[in-house]
Amino acid sequence: MIGIVDYGLGNVRAFENIYRRLGIHVEPVRTAEELARADRLILPGVGAFDWAMAKLKQSGMIDTLNRRVLQDDVPVLGVCVGMQIMANGSDEGRAAGLGWIPGRVERFRDEWFNTHTHLPHMGWNDVELVDAPVLMAGLPDPRFYFLHSYFFHPDDESHVIARTCYGKIFASAVRRGNIWATQFHPEKSHDWGVGLLANFSKV
Amino acid sequence: MLKTRIIPCLDVADGRVVKGVNFVDLRDAGDPVDAARAYDAAGADEICFLDIHATHENRGTMFDVVTRTAEQCFIPLTVGGGVRTVADVRALLLAGADKVSFNSAAVANPDVVAEAADQFGSQCIVCAIDAKTVQPGRWEIFTHGGRKTTGIDAVEFATMIAAKGAGEILLTSMDRDGTKAGFNLPLTRAIADAVDIPVIASGGVGTLDHLVEGVTEGHASAVLAASIFHFGTFTVGQAKAHMAAAGIPVRI
Repeated sequence: MIGIVDYGLGNVRAFENIYRRLGIHVEPVRTAEELARADRLILPGVGAFDWAMAKLKQSGMIDTLNRRVLQDDVPVLGVCVGMQIMANGSDEGRAAGLGWIPGRVERFRDEWFNTHTHLPHMGWNDVELVDAPVLMAGLPDPRFYFLHSYFFHPDDESHVIARTCYGKIFASAVRRGNIWATQFHPEKSHDWGVGLLANFSKV
Repeated sequence: MLKTRIIPCLDVADGRVVKGVNFVDLRDAGDPVDAARAYDAAGADEICFLDIHATHENRGTMFDVVTRTAEQCFIPLTVGGGVRTVADVRALLLAGADKVSFNSAAVANPDVVAEAADQFGSQCIVCAIDAKTVQPGRWEIFTHGGRKTTGIDAVEFATMIAAKGAGEILLTSMDRDGTKAGFNLPLTRAIADAVDIPVIASGGVGTLDHLVEGVTEGHASAVLAASIFHFGTFTVGQAKAHMAAAGIPVRI
């Protein structure tokens, strides 16, 4: 069962809709007990970094989540702010992140743009694969829907599995072992997103 | 490279598409969900629903439309029309909308945009601005479908509402809407250059060149159109091919 971590942030139902369409068993998980039953996890998230961490703590799932991901090696896919909270911290706030993939979340800076800066980075953009044969299998010319003003900067470059350019080249997907994350929204990326989520169900 | 978005917009009243949609293979031209599915399949980058007769009494119909669309279309969905409060935003997001658009409520009370952005994040809060040229180089906001002037300068309002936390502006040139004469380009450009958030150009599209101009001359990040797509004048695919030929990056 794929569990969508429902801590009050992110469009949980969008992931459910896609997995239902694919005929893959999916459930929103809202308690530590439900979390323990999932053999794959999706960690969605929208909004501010500190708010996301506060909501995750309030949910009462954080200890079980850490255990499932760090000890039981359950595959997890973080999406957007769900990716960003896997870092140690963010320029957007003061809260500590989950620290699953060492790094920091930074804001796009005006000086990176030749012309007028528009944030959020909103819309479809190309995703260049660095090392993502499994997640991006069968997805030629990958392009995905982005909606963010901050990006994940991992300490270890080898954790970057895909890159995208918006003013500067940033990590649009990262991976460390069983921990995967995308800055873009596969649940809003049409056939490419459906393909990526199908691939994640098999990693 | 970031692609310019093409967004078909559907006007919905009491759960039905107003004016209908002329597509082959559409089972029910008046069903917004069917129309949204057709646009999704045709390559639309996002879909926008405007609930044109939104009241508290008939809201439920729109929630149902939004939920059913989200179940079948895996692209972003913006919903606007009659959104007044933070509770309205929450209800539409829970129904399955990805972004929610304020219009006259933001003019009456700009702080509602700030409140909504604080709670849900700027990324899902759109502010729709309906503006008309009142003299060369000056545009004012109109409400109530373009009938009521407010005397508010559109560029100043756009800058202020972006600072309040709107994540995107849906700019409709009311003096062009329905004319097929093209976007009001000076207005579009004035606002797109004044704010740091994406601007969607809307109102007046009659040809594919108009879409191109909205980006090259209007500096819009996205273009929204209704009738050219609904009546089958052009497909989303033709629009994208035309924009690509003009050197604008699009998702094909």
